[in-house]
Amino acid sequence: MARKGRPAPPMGLMRQLDAGARAVFPAAFTVFLLVMAAVPVGVPGLVVAVAVPSVFFWTVFRPGAMPPPIVFALGLLQDLLGFTPLGSGGLILLLMHGVALRGRTWLARASFLWGWLAFCAVAAGAVLLGWLFQALLGWQRPPFVPGLTLLGIMAGGYPALAFVLSRMHMAMQRAEDALR
Amino acid sequence: MIRLSIPLRQALARLSLPVLIAVAFGTMLLGRADALLVERARMVLADALTPIWAAVQEPVTAVRQGIEEVQSLWYLRSENARLTEENDRLRRWQAAALALEAENALLRRQLSWIPDPTPQFRTARVVADGGGTYARAVLLATGPQHDIRKGQVALDERGFVGRVTEVGSRSARVLLATDINSRVPVIIEGSRARAMMVGGNTARPRLQHWPEGVQPRDGDRVVTSAEAGAFPAGLPVGVVRRTEGGAAEVELFAQLERLDVLRLFDFGLAGILPPEAVARPEPRGRR
Repeated sequence: MARKGRPAPPMGLMRQLDAGARAVFPAAFTVFLLVMAAVPVGVPGLVVAVAVPSVFFWTVFRPGAMPPPIVFALGLLQDLLGFTPLGSGGLILLLMHGVALRGRTWLARASFLWGWLAFCAVAAGAVLLGWLFQALLGWQRPPFVPGLTLLGIMAGGYPALAFVLSRMHMAMQRAEDALR
Repeated sequence: MIRLSIPLRQALARLSLPVLIAVAFGTMLLGRADALLVERARMVLADALTPIWAAVQEPVTAVRQGIEEVQSLWYLRSENARLTEENDRLRRWQAAALALEAENALLRRQLSWIPDPTPQFRTARVVADGGGTYARAVLLATGPQHDIRKGQVALDERGFVGRVTEVGSRSARVLLATDINSRVPVIIEGSRARAMMVGGNTARPRLQHWPEGVQPRDGDRVVTSAEAGAFPAGLPVGVVRRTEGGAAEVELFAQLERLDVLRLFDFGLAGILPPEAVARPEPRGRR
């Protein structure tokens, strides 16, 4: 006779709060990073350089906490903070989100180096799209150098950011495993 | 919460990405159609975040000053030698300037010259980067009650920085002279030739449209021109630098990489109208 397990305890208030905090954390932390990236430190365009890798990372490793509406909202915030054409950032982030979601099963298991390379490819696409929107909406050819600088910052900064974010992701995963 | 069946929920989840991509497209068009609404939204957000940025700015400034302190200690000897030499040079210039000032005062008295009124200005702290990848701008914390208007001229302690383009209730955005959309009428001192200084998102804006027969020479001083009534004449901008390719660029006096505090001058000029003040042509009545 199969033994019946104990019924799961009902979700208490603390556990609900805990789960809620974990669900909200990726988006909230990205908002925090976006606002902080606007503080002038001598490098222009840091807001975009923070938004793209954050959305990519959470889409791959915690897609439940980074659904399309949140991505869209982050894009709007990025556009408002960065004084870029409203909607263009959201569009780029959503497209990138879609691509990352497609390759998620492979990306989540791939080694860090492959993940980094994949991110570089996606970021190059994002920079190219950003350049195209700038050209179309401003109706003049923007220079290439800022875009390449941005790509360099994103590609170079991804390992550091991914290290911090994966620490947070693992901590959350440990908490979830302990509750199971 | 509304309970939905699982297939319906899955279908909604699958639809949300393409629908939101379409919404983003729509937002882009809306932003083009109603620039004023977007501008107001940006400034409301900037107003809300300015206190946070101002608070974060303090430790950032402290760290930056610490680094500069260490650098200055490192170069103390060579810096001292340079300053002594510069001081000697400036002393000679001071003597010349005092003599010229006295002469100028004498000549003005003889011509019954009406002096320009002293312009009003107020200072504001730079708290955030108001640009992006393809824009160069800074955001200023202005305090709740201010009389800053669009079109006011921003200078740092050395020279021309840019113009105020957006004003919120406690913040203002200044488009820098290096931005790709910046066009400043200037005069090249020496030849008194007029030209346009055109930003290109690089450190040095370019000079364009100088008259035929005049060539901007390396080292010529560049000041603003009163042409078009957007700037007063004679604000210090920079010096001409010729690139290897022969293009004329302006090395700005202002240190745009490390702007700290800006002075916003009200010269009472309204040469360039804000977009909302431009009257649209009335549609022709049908017969």
